[in-house]
Amino acid sequence: MQAYQSIENKSISRRDMLKLSWGALAGLVAVEVGGLALSYMKPRLAAGEFGSIITAGIVDEFPPGSVTQIPNGRFYLTRLEDGGFLAIYQRCTHLGCSVPWEQTANSFICPCHSSSFSADGTLLNPPAPRALDIFPVSIEDGQIKVDTARPVSREGFEIAQVVHP
Amino acid sequence: MSEHNPETTPISITPHLRRLVPPALPVDDRSRMRMVMDSLVLHIHPSKVPVRTMSWTYTWGLGGLSAMLVTILAMTGVFLEMNYTPSPAQAYQDILRLRMDTWFGDLLRNIHHWSANLLVITAVLHLLRVFFTGSHRAPRELNWLLGVGMLLLVLAANFTGYLLPWDQLAFWAITVGTSILSYLPILGPLLSRLLLGGPEVGAATLLNFYALHISFIPLGIIILMSYHFWRVRKDGGLSQPRTLKETTPARIERVTTIPHLVRRELVFALVWLAIIVFWAMYVPAPLEGIANPEVSPNPAKAPWYFLGIQELLLHFHPLVGAILIPAVSLGALALLPYYDVTPHNVGIYFRSRRGRYLALLAVILALLLTPTWVLADEFMLDWSAWLPTWPSLVSNGIVPLALVLLGLIGLDELVKRLFAASLEERILFLFLFLFTALIVLTLVGILFRGPGMALVWPGSIPAHGL
Repeated sequence: MQAYQSIENKSISRRDMLKLSWGALAGLVAVEVGGLALSYMKPRLAAGEFGSIITAGIVDEFPPGSVTQIPNGRFYLTRLEDGGFLAIYQRCTHLGCSVPWEQTANSFICPCHSSSFSADGTLLNPPAPRALDIFPVSIEDGQIKVDTARPVSREGFEIAQVVHP
Repeated sequence: MSEHNPETTPISITPHLRRLVPPALPVDDRSRMRMVMDSLVLHIHPSKVPVRTMSWTYTWGLGGLSAMLVTILAMTGVFLEMNYTPSPAQAYQDILRLRMDTWFGDLLRNIHHWSANLLVITAVLHLLRVFFTGSHRAPRELNWLLGVGMLLLVLAANFTGYLLPWDQLAFWAITVGTSILSYLPILGPLLSRLLLGGPEVGAATLLNFYALHISFIPLGIIILMSYHFWRVRKDGGLSQPRTLKETTPARIERVTTIPHLVRRELVFALVWLAIIVFWAMYVPAPLEGIANPEVSPNPAKAPWYFLGIQELLLHFHPLVGAILIPAVSLGALALLPYYDVTPHNVGIYFRSRRGRYLALLAVILALLLTPTWVLADEFMLDWSAWLPTWPSLVSNGIVPLALVLLGLIGLDELVKRLFAASLEERILFLFLFLFTALIVLTLVGILFRGPGMALVWPGSIPAHGL
């Protein structure tokens, strides 16, 4: 009798155990339904031009020291003095405006809040927090191919980012 | 019952016709009270209301006006849906067609646009009225929370609707607005991608925003509004206005809802309906060129109700200016009834005579200090240059924030010592100071920011739509 009573004091009752199990299962269901809703709302696959690999042109089209806009790719193709290429995403790293290249000022100047960047995307003027993002560039048979699927975020310019023909 | 031979008695239509004619309006108090209780719409009201709560200069009809605007928006919105397809290829053309080729299409769109903007203003004014009269305190705390929830939904409805015309104004305002969201740590980029339906504003965004604008948000507003009205009744109706001199609440004198309250509401609603329709007839809702992802307009501004936050962004690191400050302010606003708990002075504007002076002082101080700070920060202060080795989050975010907070604490101490202000009066002072500062920042964002977001005199800015 005593052994039975001491078990009663330490452990959970059958009713409470069942309630707890129901609650845990309900919680699991809630998490699953939530996950379902979020997956439903996940971005649909990016369609068409921007978000795929874009051919910017052939190497010789771009003189060293030039910055050329590639509109349907939403990036600028910079060819540095040493002949290497950078594909700079035109989306400002501050709040997303499209940053145009200003030839006279020799820099990218954002119309929204006047952030400015140099030809290789290095941050010159805040409020933007970092350099402009870049896209991976590959050169095949003299053709410049830029992968606009995933922009690469970086703190600043590094030589390793440049692609040479 | 007399004998009727069913085969020879003609069927009479008159009793059925008579049911279609509305009954004559009741003339004695008992039947009037009965009518309120028996009616679906009218029984939102009690059958008798306290005379003094009907005072125009107490509530200014702001809650009722907001409810009416929501109704107008729902009705005009439903009709607008018939002429709109949420796809980048069609949306803009649909708006053009609505303006040029559809009978009353332009008027409908204008009414919808201006009612939406007016609703933001009336909702905020209603919030202010409730706070200033102490009507957010017990037992009305939950109702206050519901109200804050509705304010957020109204802003969300405005924001989602803003994108739908798919013009330059819409595209870039929403780009800026959603980019602010991505500064939230960890969750930000995820939420932004979810909302946008991709890495940037596009076809998926338009569809998402449309779904939110016509379904999720209106449902939310309807549910919260119903709960809000129900809670008003449950909490004992509107708070009673009191004059400064009254020490004990006066005996409550009531009159029948029909005709006194209903008559006032009807006249009020009709007058405002006329104002809105006339305004919509003569002032067009803005529409710029079709959205072009390549070209950001200069300046690119968020919708006017978010320009206060955008102005903050020009002075603070985005994490501080766009996430921290708004989030903390919103939290403080929502939880007001839980720290401003004095049970006294409900129904008195600004709590007391001292409260009224403090309110005036708060407004004047904010009107002086805010432009001063904006100018100083624009032309003199340069935190990133003075503290170049520190990350910009600290030099341009935490440091100026700490200074502002120190200033606020200083003001609070001043008010406490110079005026011997009570807790509720100090809360009132700080609230009004910060609210006026927000209004000033919003006005600066609307009127004084030009190309490159530089400070300019108003009038030199190209026309910017609301």
